[in-house]
Amino acid sequence: MHEFDWSSIPGALPFLWDGMKISLLITAQAVLIGIVWGTLLAMMRLSSIKPLSWFAAGYVNFFRAIPLVMVLLWFFLIVPRFIETLLDFPPGSDLRLSSAMMGFALFESAYYSEIIRAGIQSVPKGQISAASALGMTYGQSMRLVVLPQAFRNMVPLLLTQAIILFQDTSLVYVSALADFFGAAYKVGDRDGRLVELLLFAGAVYFVICFSASQIVKRLQKKYHPA
Amino acid sequence: MIKIANVSKQYGDFKVLTECSTTVSKGEVIVVCGPSGSGKSTLIKCVNGLEPFQSGEIVVNGISVGDRKTNLSKLRAQVGMVFQNFELFPHMSITENLVIAQTKVLKRSKDEAMDKGMKLLDRVGLRAQAAKYPGQLSGGQQQRVAIARALAMDPICMLFDEPTSALDPEMVNEVLDVMTELAREGMTMMCVTHEMGFAKSVANRVIFMDQGRIVEDDSKDAFFANPRSERAQQFLAKILQH
Repeated sequence: MHEFDWSSIPGALPFLWDGMKISLLITAQAVLIGIVWGTLLAMMRLSSIKPLSWFAAGYVNFFRAIPLVMVLLWFFLIVPRFIETLLDFPPGSDLRLSSAMMGFALFESAYYSEIIRAGIQSVPKGQISAASALGMTYGQSMRLVVLPQAFRNMVPLLLTQAIILFQDTSLVYVSALADFFGAAYKVGDRDGRLVELLLFAGAVYFVICFSASQIVKRLQKKYHPA
Repeated sequence: MIKIANVSKQYGDFKVLTECSTTVSKGEVIVVCGPSGSGKSTLIKCVNGLEPFQSGEIVVNGISVGDRKTNLSKLRAQVGMVFQNFELFPHMSITENLVIAQTKVLKRSKDEAMDKGMKLLDRVGLRAQAAKYPGQLSGGQQQRVAIARALAMDPICMLFDEPTSALDPEMVNEVLDVMTELAREGMTMMCVTHEMGFAKSVANRVIFMDQGRIVEDDSKDAFFANPRSERAQQFLAKILQH
């Protein structure tokens, strides 16, 4: 029987907290960019201008058809070189965090755009007619009438996707970034206490994600009773 | 004010409108009726360009609707429209519903728009509901707000697309009353409706449509006294029985 020894955890807490900050940072910016870029993609996809709609469909289908870990590896291996030459960074600059964030954002946008597209389509067509009949331009009717209603309908789905995204941030371990999972792994490896650290990390992920999904449930009840 | 000349529209092989022509002068009230699927809603949606049409011409206040160079948004801002399902914006309060297009489209100041909105709410008897949301009002109240919202733009004419069809019977009259008052004040109106009582008391002319064609276009007295076409006779017989 394995004897658990949790003693290396208290001392490692500051390091683990730094890791958590990276996880949260990646999540926050991927959610933010994902929603903005995802909204644009969704609007392109629904646009009557064919090339725009083809581009958006291609983008979404591409990113939804490849594993996230692959995208992260590409961004880890290839994109930093690009940025170095493009933006004239000294070779060997630590771009792991920025390229991981970029990979996440571009990948998640594909998923967000599908959620947002469904949200836009959930707004009755008559609303667009009414907005147009009042003299609003297409842009105004989207911005003032359709998107606010779409987002209201979508809040639970967007938050649920954010929770999934938070869990997925652990995949940045492929680029040896010390996010929360990576930090726990490093500490466990160093102290020979891998099992304890991974159990602890798992418990932390569980508590955060479970509480977050409970909050989403409550919000859902509040805004969509029935 | 509104000139519709030889307008035809089709979806694929299906002809929705065939060679429709009529004119509406300033201050006239026209009731458009006919069996469902006869193209009457489509016809009035063509008037403000919500529905495109393939041939013919519609001119509203001197502006050609079908012309590509026409700024449709600008034209629509001058033509009020009321829909069967009200289509108030559910995420905005009644006040915001009345103000939004005034400020964003006509660029009126917030104060001016509020002032106008409140006056119109008064007029449709709903000032007390200003802070509520559309979902908290009855259908009849929502439709009255929708009329006020359209009037807030100071339209040169009003289009009504079956404004009472989605209402419970006891709420029909409160909406018709508002429309009647509007007609008496000299508003130019085109109303798609089955309310023959409204047509009899308020309309100047009645247009009867069947299978995408304008079958009758006559003064209301002539229309109700002796409709010329058999279809109109049948339609009237059915609808006036109740």
